[in-house]
Amino acid sequence: MTAPIETTGAAAEAQPEAVLKGVESKRIEGRSLGQIAWLRFRRDKVAVAGAIVVILLVAVAAFSRPLQALLGLDPNNPDQSLIDPNTTLPKGDFGGMSADHPLGVDPKFGRDLLARILEGSWVSLIVAFGATLLSVAIGTVLGVVAGFYRGRVDAFISRMMDVFLAFPLLLFAIAISASLQGGAFGMEGLPLHISVLIFVIGFFNWPYMGRIVRAQTLSLREREFVDAARGMGARGPFILFRELLPNLVGPIIVYSTLLIPSNILFEAALSFLGVGIQPPQASWGGMLNQAVKYYEVDPQYMIVPGLAIFVTVLAFNLLGDGLRDALDPRSR
Amino acid sequence: MTETTDDPNNKIPLQKAPDTRPGPAADAEPLLKVRGLVRHFPITKGLLKRQVGAVQAVDGIDFDVRPGETLGVVGESGCGKSTMGRLITRLDEPTGGSIEFQGTDITHLSTGKLRPMRRDVQMIFQDPYGSLNPRHTIGGIVSTPFRLQGVEPEGGVKKEVQRLLELVGLSPEHYNRYPHEFSGGQRQRIGIARALALKPKLVVADEPVSALDVSIQAQVVNLMDDLQEELGLTYVIIAHDLSVIRHVSDRIAVMYLGKIVELADRTELYENPMHPYTKALLSAVPVPDPKRRTQRDRILLKGDVPSPINPPSGCRFRTRCWKATEVCTTTEPPLVALRTGHQVACHHPENAGEPAAAGTKAPDGQASSDQ
Repeated sequence: MTAPIETTGAAAEAQPEAVLKGVESKRIEGRSLGQIAWLRFRRDKVAVAGAIVVILLVAVAAFSRPLQALLGLDPNNPDQSLIDPNTTLPKGDFGGMSADHPLGVDPKFGRDLLARILEGSWVSLIVAFGATLLSVAIGTVLGVVAGFYRGRVDAFISRMMDVFLAFPLLLFAIAISASLQGGAFGMEGLPLHISVLIFVIGFFNWPYMGRIVRAQTLSLREREFVDAARGMGARGPFILFRELLPNLVGPIIVYSTLLIPSNILFEAALSFLGVGIQPPQASWGGMLNQAVKYYEVDPQYMIVPGLAIFVTVLAFNLLGDGLRDALDPRSR
Repeated sequence: MTETTDDPNNKIPLQKAPDTRPGPAADAEPLLKVRGLVRHFPITKGLLKRQVGAVQAVDGIDFDVRPGETLGVVGESGCGKSTMGRLITRLDEPTGGSIEFQGTDITHLSTGKLRPMRRDVQMIFQDPYGSLNPRHTIGGIVSTPFRLQGVEPEGGVKKEVQRLLELVGLSPEHYNRYPHEFSGGQRQRIGIARALALKPKLVVADEPVSALDVSIQAQVVNLMDDLQEELGLTYVIIAHDLSVIRHVSDRIAVMYLGKIVELADRTELYENPMHPYTKALLSAVPVPDPKRRTQRDRILLKGDVPSPINPPSGCRFRTRCWKATEVCTTTEPPLVALRTGHQVACHHPENAGEPAAAGTKAPDGQASSDQ
């Protein structure tokens, strides 16, 4: 009937294991989880490369117009002198590559491709970021609420997610942009197209985010620290914002970064189908669309925007994967 | 089982504990009064959430907790002891019965109305890894009770938190660190510091040491003991480890399938267990002395604990009891005091007739040395 408690109890009378001699003299700086994630992220070379490319892309997109001016390029300046009138193809090799036009010009019009890629970059990124932001905002709020309150609230929100996921998004996008062609909400032309794209992509993609946040919330709310907070007299909002949300930041950042490339692809796809950004405004998807007609005779025209999309999507995906490994090493 | 003569290890807790603790006043107004406490978890089925049954986790228990005492609650996994702990701290709402804390009925109070009571009743959790929010610093965690209760301690929150950290044997420099930088034992100390922040009257500890390494268990148990002495705390300690319970408790309640089957003073329970279940439980405690190990009679219960969804009629223990008779099937035995301060719910209690006979019925020759 002798318990281990009793045998050791006499000898080690509540020896505080934390107060170790020698440790007190030199201060050990505690590391927050964020610092640890940063250290882990820095070690991941591929992710760092992805991050650098993403930063460059964002910088280029943000200063797209000044950059075009600096380089003396104009995305909407046709130059028929560069076009062979018989074939409507650019004169010279590799789609008309030259010192003035490093990536060549497009067939039929003779517009500079570098300028059009630069012009398309800000359109693509603004749509992707805007749509992601919208998805994350709706998804986080509804996901947290569903996971935290459960029951009927959860059932309602979850069914709503199912409806949104089952929605024929492409058909809807085609229909909505066709009906808004002339102008709506006091906007027309490019601002309208961008707003519509952000709305369509963002508003119908939130369930992906919502499901992740909901699942995380469901598992987090069963943790004992939530009970502890409740036992100290915390109410719902306190538990939601102070206890649960800080633990959700990691997954939210990770899945936002992974949502951005899929939104870039979606924007490109819609523009490719002719329901996104309308010509003559340059966009990556739109360029691909026009390039289809020339892919046998002028492959350069297709490769340039294709490569731009490929690099962007890859960089964001690598960054997202790296962030996930750094912020949540268990989900590997 | 209780030879104090040849087993020096047993001496320490048995003699020390009752002397050093503030004597629980048996006749004083109880701090916590629990009557007929019931918690059934409904089982629903189908689209309309029709209730088809209930898990009878806690099914009518009565007990008092007196100021200054430590009430230990033991029982197998799934017997409802943790549910009971969550009910008396009102983390969960009872299905029936009543809970009175310092004369106030708190059975069905809302979150807002419970708030003043939260200051006086605190909980220590089982899992030191789950009970601290990984995103908050130790300082943030231990100061949360002050923030939530709107209490401004003397000298400021930070100073008070650092004092609390010292009180539980941590360095005040740990204020800005995160939980993941600590070991299980240290984390449990942080949990204890948080529980003590508001100077509660009652602390409910749900398996406070079962997730810890055995060598650390002793430290934490002794820390809780010392703090009780220092701060005049009342504990309800839930555990399945009989040794821990024996070390810390003044009185012990034994639970089986949602019921209290026996409730008695510590020494009385360990020396004179009356309920067959208690006797079987005690016989399962490992004996460190290999010579004596062969001599004791180990009671092996047959079968599993019945489902709390459909508990046996009459006495819930009858399906596994070697003394069960007809009456056990038909009538549920009430929890009655068969001796002063010794309540048992059994139709055929052990040791009832001869209070002098001690301990488990040891083999011949062994009983004489029992005290």
